[in-house]
Amino acid sequence: MSRRLTVVALLLIAALAAGSPLGAAPVSEDTVHEVAAQLRCVVCQSLSVADSPSETARQMKAIIRERLAAGETPEQVKAYFVDKYGLWILLAPPRQGFNLLVWVVPFVGLAAGLVLVLLLARRWSRRAASAPAVARPDAAMRERIRREMAEREP
Amino acid sequence: MTPELGYAATVAALVLAVYGSGAAAWSAVKGRAELRASSERAAIGVWLLITACMLLLVYAFLTFDFSVKYVASNTNRGTPFYYRITALWGALEGSIILWAWMLSLYTLIVVNRYRRTQPQLYPWTLSVMLGIAAFFLLVMTIPAPPFERLSPIPADGRGLNPLLEDSGMITHPVALYLGFTGFTVPFAFAMAALIVGRTGDEWITITRRWTIVAWYFLSLGLLIGGWWSYHVLGWGGYWAWDPVENAAFMPWLTATAFLHSVMIQERRRMLKLWNLALIILTFSLTLFGTFLTRSGIIGSVHAFSQGSVGQFFLAFLALIVLGALSLLAWRLDRLRAQGELDSIVSRESAFLLNNLFLIAAAFTVFFGTVFPLLSEAIKGVKVSVGAPFFNLVNIPIFLALIFLMGVGPLIAWRRASAENLRRNFLKPVLIGIAGAALCRALGVANTVVLVCLALVGFVAATIALDFARAARARRRTGDGWREATWGLALRQNRRYGGFVVHLGILIIALGVAGSQAWSTQTEATLNRGESLELGGYTIRFEGLQAAEESNHFKVVGTFTVSDRRGPYTVLTPAKKFYPQEQTPIAAVDYRLGFLEDLYLVLGEFARDGSHATIKIQINRMVSWLWIGGLVLTLGAALAIAPERRRVPAAARAGERAVA
Amino acid sequence: MSGRRRVLRWAIPLAVVPVLVLLAYGFRTDPREIRSPLLGKPASPFALTTFDGKPISLDALRGQVVVVNFWASWCIPACYDEAPSLERAWQAYRNRGVVLIGVNIQDKEEPARRFLTQFGHTFPNAPDPSGRVSVDYGVYGVPETFFIDRKGQVRFKHVGAVTDEIMKQHIEKLLEEPA
Repeated sequence: MSRRLTVVALLLIAALAAGSPLGAAPVSEDTVHEVAAQLRCVVCQSLSVADSPSETARQMKAIIRERLAAGETPEQVKAYFVDKYGLWILLAPPRQGFNLLVWVVPFVGLAAGLVLVLLLARRWSRRAASAPAVARPDAAMRERIRREMAEREP
Repeated sequence: MTPELGYAATVAALVLAVYGSGAAAWSAVKGRAELRASSERAAIGVWLLITACMLLLVYAFLTFDFSVKYVASNTNRGTPFYYRITALWGALEGSIILWAWMLSLYTLIVVNRYRRTQPQLYPWTLSVMLGIAAFFLLVMTIPAPPFERLSPIPADGRGLNPLLEDSGMITHPVALYLGFTGFTVPFAFAMAALIVGRTGDEWITITRRWTIVAWYFLSLGLLIGGWWSYHVLGWGGYWAWDPVENAAFMPWLTATAFLHSVMIQERRRMLKLWNLALIILTFSLTLFGTFLTRSGIIGSVHAFSQGSVGQFFLAFLALIVLGALSLLAWRLDRLRAQGELDSIVSRESAFLLNNLFLIAAAFTVFFGTVFPLLSEAIKGVKVSVGAPFFNLVNIPIFLALIFLMGVGPLIAWRRASAENLRRNFLKPVLIGIAGAALCRALGVANTVVLVCLALVGFVAATIALDFARAARARRRTGDGWREATWGLALRQNRRYGGFVVHLGILIIALGVAGSQAWSTQTEATLNRGESLELGGYTIRFEGLQAAEESNHFKVVGTFTVSDRRGPYTVLTPAKKFYPQEQTPIAAVDYRLGFLEDLYLVLGEFARDGSHATIKIQINRMVSWLWIGGLVLTLGAALAIAPERRRVPAAARAGERAVA
Repeated sequence: MSGRRRVLRWAIPLAVVPVLVLLAYGFRTDPREIRSPLLGKPASPFALTTFDGKPISLDALRGQVVVVNFWASWCIPACYDEAPSLERAWQAYRNRGVVLIGVNIQDKEEPARRFLTQFGHTFPNAPDPSGRVSVDYGVYGVPETFFIDRKGQVRFKHVGAVTDEIMKQHIEKLLEEPA
């Protein structure tokens, strides 16, 4: 949060200092950044439009800003890009249909793993409970242990 | 001449490697010592020949021998001297040579260390390693020959990819490959153990140091990659969840799991099957990583060129995975689970959870990386899976792992009593919560960051507490200050090496959390003399200058930076124009600091230098990643140091009396 | 070990086979080749000013076959390779109800004009300084060429340099169709 506020505040200062107009529309850079972070920069491989230093990304960001200023919601702006480029322009697929799989499978896998670990732990601890007790070390063994410990580390 | 010589050397090495692998295996089956000696000589020969190939190629680079296609594609007459040498591994063919060379070197070390001490496992280990080397030599012979002749010989070469003209380029592949190839050794020993049937703890004890060293180099490679991304690529970030970054991250995750779970096997003789499966998985993932980079099936910034290399790698990956897992399945009866767990609240459980989370993270990264492929195969639709997905799923997992870092080392084996828990964890938990509360009061509002801070505080406190207690105990038994602290760490070097590594990870975690939450940036077009303010800095555009370098032309912008106290620094971000590149490359300039880095990227500019667009970032806490890496290095070094035996206090007192 | 166990253990290596198959499938696809979602949809209208200062808009060209080519002077070698083909196609079809428009993206005026002079382009070329048109057409690299039919629908998209055959093939097909 503090980061976003700082960005907004400083951009206003920058606008005053550099004299570059931000336009009359009350679009928060925050929102632009948020939308841009969800779109994939088309000329880089895995960077978002927000991160990418490329010219294409700058132009796309400007278009995002324009459309937000014209009153579109972030969802509508994203839908516009999906219309023009296809689903891959989103940096993560929407949570519906087949694509729901990628969002769900990792959590399901983790849960399944947890269950497995718990079951295994239970099985192993039950086995330990029924295993015979370890024989207590006799005197010779104890002497040997003492000698070795004196040499090594406690 | 050079292309032919090099090619001949490659083929000869391939033949020797195949022979050596077969001879070693046969010598193990038949018990023939002279065959084994012969295979060892073959291993030496392989190393010599690959070294010769490398030297030939370096010579070709240094003498501008453009008859070699690889040289012509990756340098030109303007490429600086040191980059001509490191261009050796700048593209696909050369990277394979580097890999093969490291592999052959490791094979020699294995020969040297184990030929007498491990008569049963060693021949099979040698066979496996030479077999893997043979594969890489095969790739060097058929799909990706570095010694292809170019005819007619061009007057000048194409030049190195400008993004690779950087110190990171020199070190990143070397570190990464040392890591990747390093895992071949534990894998080969694991295979030997399965073949011979000695599926006990032997192979783990032998390969303990190898695993740590390989893991360390992989960590280093990843960090250097992050550093390179940060200071070269111009976006101010160090990790983009790019498919190839993921490909190197996955084996790191499983290797970390492996590092920890072998400790359970050592202490409690459990998880034998699991450890074997883990090393197979780790090695397979290293192969998968090189497959991904070279096959072109998933686009990436990193991807080398295509061709049939990808098919070779996939075939080999299939061979290794299916072969190794079949061996495992064959020996399954020797790997009966002897798991014994006294209580769920124990160190064993902590390790199990550690493994679970690491594997879950690796699976997530894997699934996300191949999902675009899956989507296209099944639905015919291309989708992207990027940072939003990976961050969402992995952040909770990493936080859980940080928590376990604090719990694991201190909780008791077998059964942790309530007393044990209270003694070890009460204070650290309180410290963690207090630290987070303090940060909240100081203005930190991001929940994830707060949780991270609490956990980091908790873990750091556990480490400090444990160390202080142990040192105090020593003091009470008569040790001096130095002996009680420094000596303690040196003597229990595995434990304290591990602690220092954990500390390194904590520092990196703080760096990641801080940089994600607290960095800011802005972008503006400035006229000459105009300034901009961000985060307490005033940045003024002074002007532009053009300069001609040996292999490119650059336009440098000069920006004076001052802060509240006065002039701070002058930064000169530039745009470099390489003749072989379509678009200019941004050369970032930055000023690194402990808590924050000032980062400038030059954008569009007017020819006459009257105005320029500049992007300014204040990246906070990024230096902590590199500092964490240094601490990691110290920790790893400590962990693999030879174990020192303690001289009993009485004897030492005797010494002092005599001296 | 029980018989069932004996068989089940081979499930371990077999479990990996689907993953390997998926990876092998990857060889049949090209990650850079993406089907445009604009095909079969009305082409986005645009209004630009050519390098000669004349306005040009898509709406005014309804009823004709329109070919829009996105290019840049730094796009080496593809844009340079295809430039003669574009000019030839223009000369061949300009009187048959076909309009060829070049849209210059992410470029500077001087190098762009030099490019036009070098190839002697006589068809209208306009810069798209804000990138709005290129985003409207889902352009992710240069060169890309769009073939729009008489009804104003995008019918074909060609990524990469066009050749005389490609131009002829698509234009002829669209010319056959009524307005």
